[in-house]
Parts: sequence; structure tokens; C-alpha cells
Amino acid sequence: MTNDPPKLDEQDLVDLSVGCTVLAGGGGGDPRIGLLMALNAVRRTGPVPLIDLDSLAADDLVVPAGMIGAPTVMVEKIPNGNEGDVIRAAFEARLNRPVAALMPLEMGGINGVLPVAWAAHAGLPLVDGDLMGRAFPELQMCTPHLYDIPSWPCVVVDERSQVITFEPRDNVWLERLARNAVSTLGGCACAGLYPMDARTAATPLLRGTVSRAVQIGRTIRTATDDPFRALDAQVDLYPLLTGKVVDVDRRTAGGFVRGSAVVEGIEHDAGRLVRIEFQNENLVAMEDGEALATVPDIITLLDRHSARGIVTEHIRYGQRVVVGVFRAPDQWRSERGLSVVGPRAFGYDLDYVPVEDRHARVG
Amino acid sequence: MPGSVDLRIGIDVGGTNTDAVVLDSANRLLAKHKTPTTPDLTSGITSALEAVLGQIDQPVERITHVMLGTTHATNAILERRDLLKVAVVRIGAPATVSIPPFSDWPDDLRQVVSAGEVVVPGGSEVTGVPLVPFGRDEVARFLEKVGDSAEAVAISGVFSPVSGDHEQEAEQVVREVLGPDIPVSLSQGIGALGLLERENACILNAALVGVAHKVVHGLTAALAQNGIDAVAFLTQNDGTLMGLDYVLRFPVLTIGSGPANSMRGACYLADVSDAVVVDVGGTSSDVGMLLNGFPRESSTPTDIGGVRTNFRMPDLVAIAVGGGTRVTGSAEDVRVGPESVGYRLREEALVFGGATPTLSDAAVAGGRASMGDAGAVAGHEELLAAALRRADELVFVATDQIKTARGPVPLVVVGGGSVILPPEVPGVAQIVRPENYDVANAIGAAIASVSGQVDKVFKLAGRDRQEVLDLACAAAKDEAISAGADPAAVEIVEVEEVPMAYLTEPVVRIRVKAAGPLGRM
Repeated sequence: MTNDPPKLDEQDLVDLSVGCTVLAGGGGGDPRIGLLMALNAVRRTGPVPLIDLDSLAADDLVVPAGMIGAPTVMVEKIPNGNEGDVIRAAFEARLNRPVAALMPLEMGGINGVLPVAWAAHAGLPLVDGDLMGRAFPELQMCTPHLYDIPSWPCVVVDERSQVITFEPRDNVWLERLARNAVSTLGGCACAGLYPMDARTAATPLLRGTVSRAVQIGRTIRTATDDPFRALDAQVDLYPLLTGKVVDVDRRTAGGFVRGSAVVEGIEHDAGRLVRIEFQNENLVAMEDGEALATVPDIITLLDRHSARGIVTEHIRYGQRVVVGVFRAPDQWRSERGLSVVGPRAFGYDLDYVPVEDRHARVG
Repeated sequence: MPGSVDLRIGIDVGGTNTDAVVLDSANRLLAKHKTPTTPDLTSGITSALEAVLGQIDQPVERITHVMLGTTHATNAILERRDLLKVAVVRIGAPATVSIPPFSDWPDDLRQVVSAGEVVVPGGSEVTGVPLVPFGRDEVARFLEKVGDSAEAVAISGVFSPVSGDHEQEAEQVVREVLGPDIPVSLSQGIGALGLLERENACILNAALVGVAHKVVHGLTAALAQNGIDAVAFLTQNDGTLMGLDYVLRFPVLTIGSGPANSMRGACYLADVSDAVVVDVGGTSSDVGMLLNGFPRESSTPTDIGGVRTNFRMPDLVAIAVGGGTRVTGSAEDVRVGPESVGYRLREEALVFGGATPTLSDAAVAGGRASMGDAGAVAGHEELLAAALRRADELVFVATDQIKTARGPVPLVVVGGGSVILPPEVPGVAQIVRPENYDVANAIGAAIASVSGQVDKVFKLAGRDRQEVLDLACAAAKDEAISAGADPAAVEIVEVEEVPMAYLTEPVVRIRVKAAGPLGRM
């Protein structure tokens, strides 16, 4: 044992981005831009320390951060890289105390990787944890919201280093205000929100999710035989169906990509038909009018051969997939949690049934 | 002025073989010839021309059009040769500086291609509004610094498919600093949304301008040597034609022409417009989908020589199933490829007296093909039968993967190695094995039509969707006609609309392609 925390090196970042696509549940965008930013940053500054929340003092300030807006805009208007420094400076000026560490807002898609780039630039460590344990589309869909911990002050910064600070009356208002500001800024921006001292963060924090995502990516990369079995040994995997995509429907509504994908069973699942509905993230998996799985459990289309995750933008006809489900963090399965991210929060008149009550694991 | 169409020569210069055909104005095949590809382009094309001209016994004056498909650009990138040194200008600071140009390139290719890079202020928002004012002086300073080593310039701006103004201003600066002759590539004409992939495509395009000159000069010299005074074209990624001046500006668009020609040739030979096409070569097979007579294009980025790009390429599934594919392992645990004996098939395969089991041997053992000495497979029957089952499985999966819809479609089989394929494929209505399948690619070049394309992001801003769509269609048709398509026969062959998420003002990306046969005057 040494006292030095582990550090995220280049291989870890590649594995992290693969893990983030598995945990994204189809949303959060392709992590590629975030990965390239993080790799470039780490090549300059060296690996980023990944710390346990408990290694911080109780009063130390932790700032969760991520991009908000359209991943489809970010593939053109790539961030500056300095956003972490600007967010840090804005919080330090506002709260008159130093920022001790950054943390990912969500552990899915591009946002699982971007904060590594910002931490490298800002010379800060990254806390091993996040506030979603997956990807979700809205800013109140974060664990601190379940404990009435405020999301503000929230700092939104664009690539011109313009800073907007929000002090809304509640977390849902932040979602509305920030969404509009981001639209004005050109469709995507970067944000720090839910600033907490380490003591406060201890309750909502989903611990160890960064290293878990790295481990998922490493497992997929190094699995010699059956990557699904290896993945199941690492993070319980409930496969709903092995099949191929036979229909994809995507449309934009209310600022989100909504749609569905139909997967037709192959191999031992021949004859079955499962429909996945998504709003950025995959929300429900239906078969014969019945829900097989719903949010907040994580429904991800995994490549049939490599077990890599497929984000909704990249689903296409003919892909061979395993529709896999991972258990949501326990905080989302509470009554309060389900009121925020359960099926009814997304407009489905369905009861949430935990995936393990309905399905068997890989083995 | 395009002359009236009489006899046409189609040539496909592949990695292994150069094929040539002559068609008359009714598309009847008058001659075909297959010969090994030579390192020297002019002499290879010349001998192909002489061979087919000898077969038809008609005056060369009757040759009105020559169409060439070539993998030269692809090979130049794969082999890192004949590439120009490119000065790379990205317009997007203060955005994008976190990922500099060339970030995701293989080191060796970057060293060959880069003459230096800079990220200057400018670019556009998704709405077309400038991000920040354009950094004209920064561009000039950079060009003065790298001017001695730069042989070409690649310019890419943030959201240039929405507003290309800053890229065009940068081009003016290049003309002022480096003069009128240096080749300049602008990303707006080359790739779609996705800055890094479009920039990569733009850099490759600039690097290939030298190769394009070689190919164009090779072709025109060969035509002159044979006394042929015809309109010459090259074929591009979508299976349509580009004039030689266009080739010099957009050489990167020839990269997918090989498989595109095969698919277009298959379409013509089998007389189908919607089908799966399997083109079997010596080392691998390409499986693609014909829609309305054209190869379906890929919707995901394509890797070329280790570089991720996003210009349109035929959507292909490549599998290690070819005539020379090696078979190893045992009957219980067989391995098929990816290694191949390639052009040494006639020395190394069992049926030709060699010692290496290949899929050609498996086809002979399985009664699908007769070549060489069928008795030579004795003792390998179980291994070869297992290999054939495995190869069939790869073909079944690839065929199914490439289909767009659930219903059964015809499958067209072309290419020299196609005898190894099974007589039946699940999910396929029927298998078509057309005559002259071995020169499908040269025929694909000869029958190529002329196209025009529009790929732009439109702000609806008060206009309705149909109005914007009509504008885009008219522009695509105009482009096809000005490239030589028959105005009476040009039609819209593809329309794609992609709405952008998270924006309050409606913005839509529209991609339209029009195509038509060459005008007959």
C-alpha cells in the first residue's frame, strides 16, 4: 500500500470511454471528443489522480462538472479545454474558498471522460464517483436532488470563456434556465453545479463509479473468450435478448432525440421482438406490450461480439446486439428516486420492477 | 462540350488486375480484357487500351468517352507515398484548441503529410452566426512561417457546412501569401458535420493532389499515345463520374471508387436496382447494398489508412473470404483467413500443386468449382468442408447485416473469386450470377452516370420544410446537369434529412443527390 492515489493514464482513459458507453444506457453522446480532449490534456500534464472522497477534509469543496446541450453540436464546436479552470475560478470567486477537486456529473457518454481533461488542465484531482451512475437527460436527475441539496450556484461557461452564474429557486428551475442559456450560447456549453463540501457529498455520492467504468472498459478489452461472461463477473449483467436491429426511428422533439429501436431475436431468442424506446437514453424495453425493463435500470445495446455499448445516435439496421440491463444504483430505486427518474417521470404509466426480479443473469 | 455518345471504354485499375471493357451506346459489351496492374500507370492503361481496341476492330475515332476507376489514391495513403506536405489551418479558436489537428493520426502518416498546423480565431455557430471575428493576420503569419515547406493547404472551419465564409476568406489569404498556384482544399466541399473527421478528410484531400495529377497525366498520355480523342472521366465513391478538373480538386473522392464500380457493374449486369452485392476478390469480399441502382452510403465515419474521415463512402461489410484465403487449423477447430496467398494462388493452392489449403481448394472439394487438379485435395476433405461452412456463415451474416429491410432481396455475385460462394443464402430471394461477372468493375466505370450533390445545414427561419427541400433538390440537379448529365433524364436518387437536437430555432441538415446518364446532345 502506498499513500499515493491511483492515477488515470492514457490506457485508463480509453477504457473509461468504453465503460462510459456501456453505462450511458444509450445516451450521453459518443465519448470520443471527451476522450481525445482528455488524452491531449494528460499527455501535457501527466496522469490525473483519482481520489476517494474520504481522502478529502470534511470542509473541502468538490465541484461536479459536465457538458450540457447537444453532443451533435459538440462534434463541431469542440470545447476549449480550459473550461475546468474557468469553472474553478468562478466558484472560488463566488464562494471565497478554494476548489479541492472536480468530479464527473454523470458516468455515461462524453461526460464521464470530459472532467478528466478539465481536472488535468486545472491541476486538480478527480473524485472517484458521480451523481447519476449512468447518463440522464436533465439536471435535476442527480442524486443530491433526492436530499434537497441545491444545484446552485451553477456556473455555465462557453468556449469564449463567457460565464453565467445561476441561482435558481430549485433544481428543476435550473434545468429550464440552463437549457435556454445553452441554446443562446449555440447549443452546447460546460457547467459546474451541485458544489458541495466533502461532508455533504458523502450522502448522495455514487462512489467508485469512475474506477468501475474503467474496469468495465478493461474487461471488454481484455476478455479473451466471452466478453459477456467477463462483464457479468464484473458488474452483474442481465441480458434480455440477443438479436439484430430491424427498425430505428429517431425524431427531435422538445430539444431531445426521441425514438425507438426494434430488435428481432436471433440464435436462442429467434422469434422474439423487443422494442426499446429512448429519449436520448434508453427508457423502456417492451415485448408483447409488456415492459421487460425500465429506467432507472440501465438498458444498453451491446455489440453482439465485442460487448461494447452502442449510443442511440449510432443504432442502425442490421446491427447484432445483446440488449443488456444493469442494475440502477440503489438511490434511484428508492421511492423518492423513482419519482425523479422512474418510468412515470418520463411519461410511461408503468410500475418499476427491479431487473433482477424478472430476469436471470448471464450465467 | 460533351460529344455525342458512341463507344465508351471503362477501365478499372485495381491492386492486382487492370480490367478494360468497350461498350457501345446501347451498353452492349463489345470487348473485355484483364491484365496484371503495372507500377507505371501510363503503360498499364496503354496496354489495356490496345488490347480492347484490337478486339473491336473499329476506328479509334468512334471512342467518345473513357472512364477510369483507380485505387491509386487509396494505395498512396496506405503506402504513405507521393503525398504532398500540407499546411493545416483550422478556424475555430477559442473553441476546439483542446484537440489540435492531427491528434488522432498515426505518427508515420502525420510526419509524411504535416507541414505545420495552426488554429486561428473564427468559425461559425450552428445558426451561421460567426463564433468570433476571423483571425486573418494569424493565418498570414502562419503561412509565412511554413511557406517554404508547404506544398498544399487544407482549411477547415467550425460549422463550415453552415457558413463557409471564414474558410473562403482564409483561401484569399493563402493566395496573397503563397501565390495563385498552391493547391488549397476547403473542408466545406469535402465532408459533413463532425469537425475532426471533416478536417482529416480535407487534409487527405490536399495531400492527394499530387497523386491526382499523376493519374490524370497518366490517363491523358495513354489516350494520346493511342490516338484517342475522347472525353475522360474518373469514377468516384458513389459510382458516378467526375471530370478531370474536378479530380484535381477533390482527389479524396476517388477513394471508394473500386467497390462502387463493382456494385454499379453488378447492378447493370444483373439488371436489378435493389440488391445485395457480394464482390469476391483474392483476399477478401466486399458486401454492399444497391438502392435505386446506387451503392448505399455509409452513415458512420470511415477509417482510411488509420485516419477517421466522414465523407461519403459506400457502406460495406468486408469479410476475409476470397479465392486465395488460407485455411488452417483442424476440421474441429477451423480458421479461415484473414491471411491470403493473394496473387500466388496459382502456385500455392493445393489444386494447383501447392501446399497451402485455400478457399479455392475448398470450393473444388465441395463441388462448387472446377479448377486445377481436383484430386489434389485428397486427405484434406474434412478440413476443407469445415472451412467452406465457416466461409458460408461469414457470407450469411454479412449479407444479412447489410440489408436495409426485412424482406428478401436478390443477391448479385461478382468478382473473380465468386465461384467459392454457396448456391443458396438465407434471407435472399435468389442468387444472380451474371455473365461477365469478372469485369463488373470496368463495366461499372463505363456505365457510370453523372451526379450532383448538396449537403448543407439549412435554417428554416420562416420557410417551410418543403420549400427548403425543393431548393436543395433543384441545386443538386443543376450541379449534375452542369457536370454533363442529360437534363431530360436527371433525377433525385437520394434525400436525407437530419434535424438537430437541443436548438430552439429549427435547423435541419439536408443531403440530396441527383444523377443522370451522360447527355447525348
